[in-house]
Amino acid sequence: MGNARRLLPWPAPAAKNRPMSESKPHHSFTLAGETLHAMRSGALYWPAQSLLCVSDLHFGKSERKVRHGGMALPPYEVQDILTRLQADLDLTRAGTVICLGDSFDDITAHHGLPEAARLWIARLQAGRRWVWAEGNHDPGPVDLGGTHLAEMALPPLSFRHIATRGAVAEISGHYHPKAAIRTRAGLLSRPAFLIDAARVILPAYGTYTGGLRSSDAVLSGMMAADAIAVLTGHSALCVPMPRQDVRIPS
Amino acid sequence: MPLFAHLRQHQRGSPLAATPRLPYLYRMSATTLPPVITDWFQSKGWAPHPHQLDMLARSDDPALLLIAPTGGGKTLAGFMPTLADLATAPYKGLHTLYVSPLKALAADIRRNLETPVAEMGLPVRIEDRTGDTSSHTKRRQRADPPHILLTTPESLALLVSYEDAPRMFAGLKRVVVDEIHALAESKRGDQLMLALARLQTLCPDLRRVGLSATVDDPAAIARLLARHPDPCPILTADPGPDPDIAMLTTSEPPPWSGGGAAYAIPAVLEQVKAHKTTLIFHNTRAQAEIFFHNLWLANEDALPIGIHHGSLDRDQRARVEAAMVRGELRAIVCTGSLDLGIDWGDVDLVIQIGAPKNVKRLVQRIGRANHRYNAPSKALLVPANRFEVIECLAALEAVIAHDLDGEPRGDGPLDVLCQHILIAACAGPFSADALFAEMTTAGAYATLDRKDFDACLDFIATGGYALRAYDRWQRLMQRPDGLWQLRDPRATRQIRMNIGTIQDTDTVKVRYRRNRGGKPLGEIEEAFAATLTPGDTFLIGGQIVRYEGLREMTVEVSPDPGRKPRIATFMGTKFATSTQLSDRILRLLQQDDWPGLPAHITDWLALQARVSRLPEPGRLLIETFPHDGREHACVYGFAGRNAQQTLGLLLTKRMEEMGLDPLGFVATDYATLIWGLKPLTDARALLDPAALENGLEEWFKGNAVMKRTFRASATIAGLIDRMSAGQRKSGRQATFSSDILYDTLVKYDPDHLLLRITRTEAMRGLVDFGRVREMLTRVGDRIDLVPLKRLTPFAAPLFLEAGRVPVEGMARERLMAEAAADLMREAGLG
Repeated sequence: MGNARRLLPWPAPAAKNRPMSESKPHHSFTLAGETLHAMRSGALYWPAQSLLCVSDLHFGKSERKVRHGGMALPPYEVQDILTRLQADLDLTRAGTVICLGDSFDDITAHHGLPEAARLWIARLQAGRRWVWAEGNHDPGPVDLGGTHLAEMALPPLSFRHIATRGAVAEISGHYHPKAAIRTRAGLLSRPAFLIDAARVILPAYGTYTGGLRSSDAVLSGMMAADAIAVLTGHSALCVPMPRQDVRIPS
Repeated sequence: MPLFAHLRQHQRGSPLAATPRLPYLYRMSATTLPPVITDWFQSKGWAPHPHQLDMLARSDDPALLLIAPTGGGKTLAGFMPTLADLATAPYKGLHTLYVSPLKALAADIRRNLETPVAEMGLPVRIEDRTGDTSSHTKRRQRADPPHILLTTPESLALLVSYEDAPRMFAGLKRVVVDEIHALAESKRGDQLMLALARLQTLCPDLRRVGLSATVDDPAAIARLLARHPDPCPILTADPGPDPDIAMLTTSEPPPWSGGGAAYAIPAVLEQVKAHKTTLIFHNTRAQAEIFFHNLWLANEDALPIGIHHGSLDRDQRARVEAAMVRGELRAIVCTGSLDLGIDWGDVDLVIQIGAPKNVKRLVQRIGRANHRYNAPSKALLVPANRFEVIECLAALEAVIAHDLDGEPRGDGPLDVLCQHILIAACAGPFSADALFAEMTTAGAYATLDRKDFDACLDFIATGGYALRAYDRWQRLMQRPDGLWQLRDPRATRQIRMNIGTIQDTDTVKVRYRRNRGGKPLGEIEEAFAATLTPGDTFLIGGQIVRYEGLREMTVEVSPDPGRKPRIATFMGTKFATSTQLSDRILRLLQQDDWPGLPAHITDWLALQARVSRLPEPGRLLIETFPHDGREHACVYGFAGRNAQQTLGLLLTKRMEEMGLDPLGFVATDYATLIWGLKPLTDARALLDPAALENGLEEWFKGNAVMKRTFRASATIAGLIDRMSAGQRKSGRQATFSSDILYDTLVKYDPDHLLLRITRTEAMRGLVDFGRVREMLTRVGDRIDLVPLKRLTPFAAPLFLEAGRVPVEGMARERLMAEAAADLMREAGLG
């Protein structure tokens, strides 16, 4: 019996007498005394600083693939990412945006960004402080607005693409973490924040991004024993970080 | 062995001179069989069958289809013209291509051809080429092909993709497609015929021969085989005597529901003891595993019994096959993996566990027994539950009446066509007009619309998106001379790696832990593996094993005979009862009495007729009754499992709209049982076809069946690469899920070609909406809504069925929230 048999295939109607589960827009937690929101969209919001942080957008992933002779994926990921980012900015009215690295799949992807997308980004940047932090895919300074930085310290927190061992109060991305939990409908997996007392690792915000399971040695080894995972999607769901080594269907 | 088994029988049994066919043989052989072959036949004291000589006599026909039962020597018939030709004059290069659905069959046929060819002293080189052939041999075969090459559709498609295909196939005279009935049922057949269309362009005089088991519609297979619009005569061999087939009687009646047939184990064991070798067929791998497990527990005499199915490790399967050929096994519990071709030994009984669902497949399975041409095959049907007793009787009657079933395949699927365009592009620059003309010579694509072809070409070239984003990076470019070619020639490697239409589900290997020897056991579905936690037990290859952990994408287990296992799920197809068989069952129910049925069944039917009514052909019976504090509606559509399942989804959606508050449903091949808070009173409003179709539209957007279908079609069409072993192993930021692509297309490009293909495929596959629609059209307004005070004899077994689909509370999010809360509470964090 596959999942198909057990899952309601259309969104449950907004029935009068059986409400859907409450959707939780974010999970609130503290790091180094600062209150942060792990949003269900995969963005991190820092209310005290009016700061929104997103990681691993991977703009131009589909273009890069086709450039290398692969099949042309649906070319809508830039549009999709910007739609979601716009929604998060409308929601939070953040004054500062940090794109925490791997914003572009590579330098050519950056040049290949359609004009409409450039204008859209410019509109999002208007009236905001905007930081492009450097990732391993990133080309270096780009001719879009905003500041280009290797990493950024905003005490007590520091923002960098790849987590460093021994760091404290660190916000990073890079690993595209995802986490899976067992439900009555089988194992369900989602991109997830990984959070412990020293650090937060953000899920990838990009549309065409795979994930690394939280049980992988590199993540299990980095996060403290009492780490939690906040699953993204319809609701920001907090669970103890799954460590058991089960394969997560991507 | 299969080639000459029937001939040996002459040797063993009837003396040659006694066969009335002999004069015919000599008449034919005098004119067409070269002396070296007739001499060889005579030296063996053997005689060819008339249909084998007919094939020889008609060897110049452009296409020819031979329908012959298992054991009818049809493979030799297919090769007769080739051997005659090669015996007459020396030949250079590839003469005959043989294609079969199984790698093992190709290897088997090679071994069986080599012996007589050697004995005749013919200078003929015979080689097979499959995924198992070494790359060295493969290279050599392209440079210096053998006279006879035995291969599979996938290996052939790969060969056709090489630039040097015209050289390799130059002068090819004949192609033999074995077990074409099996290929015709899937996209592998479509792919093969597109490859043959290509070969026919290279070798215009190519003659095609198809070899098929007995089928319902030989003309459909002939259409598939022949170059359109060439004629394709059909030769039919003597079908041999009718099978000796019956239902297995047991002292204990079958249970009301379920599919395991555990009740029949003692009776089955008795049969095994009374026969030399018994094949015990099951419809699913999971059922085979459970049955084998139970059979072993009851096997007090320790009879040698094996298990064989497609998810077992190759070595393990090979061991079972070898033991069988040596005659060491008394019984083999198996699935469709033993349906085809290869003759494993002296099987004298076939047992089918569970209703056969499909008469044609039943007949082919029965043919596995008594693999000798003139002896009747012996078979027993074992119904797994009481309703299946009726289905088994209907199937028995159909077998005796030679009434085979089949669903028309429909037009050639476009995802296969997309892959063929990629294959053509690998072979070199091509003209779109010429490729289109070539493709429409394949029967399945004879009515292909140029618009559809162009859409496929555009998809391959540019992605075919409404947002034309890839102008600079087109995959195919049109040159100034109008020919299309790959922009980046390096793409050929990736394309060739992804050739094929077989949909591998994501499986993971299972092996013993290293400290237990690391022996490989087989494969389980990844989705099932993901639900395992250390300590869980499951059945594989008839053994109970304990899950220990996952290492490099391999499930490591240790033996654990003591515990009650969970049942591993296997993707393997769940067959729905065929339309023809369902009709037969409905007609059978209309009889006044049922002499063929045991009393416990006739009593049940009589009671149903008294308290409610029996379902009738051309009408739709819906019973409603309260039970256990809920209102129930039971819809006897007899449309097959998939369609009844789809009907359940659509009806509960309609009931939700009508305010009937449905809570859940369960579907079988015959009926859908729905429960909810309010009684159904207006069946016509519920079954309004337009409203149901609307529901389907919405359903298409987010459902798992669609996503699964999309993944299959997108992989075949080349949008998604099959994951290579290296990629999977790393597990690092693995390729993102195809669901994301599906969601993105639905959101931003709802008219995209691949979504169109997905819908078409889903409609005829798992969703089977065609049968829902057909059933609704057939019954029209002849709907019998029967309100009752209590549940009915027919509805009762449905309450015991597994696979209930709750309508409430099944939203993923709610489940996740629930599970997350539990986890936090457990961890003391909630």
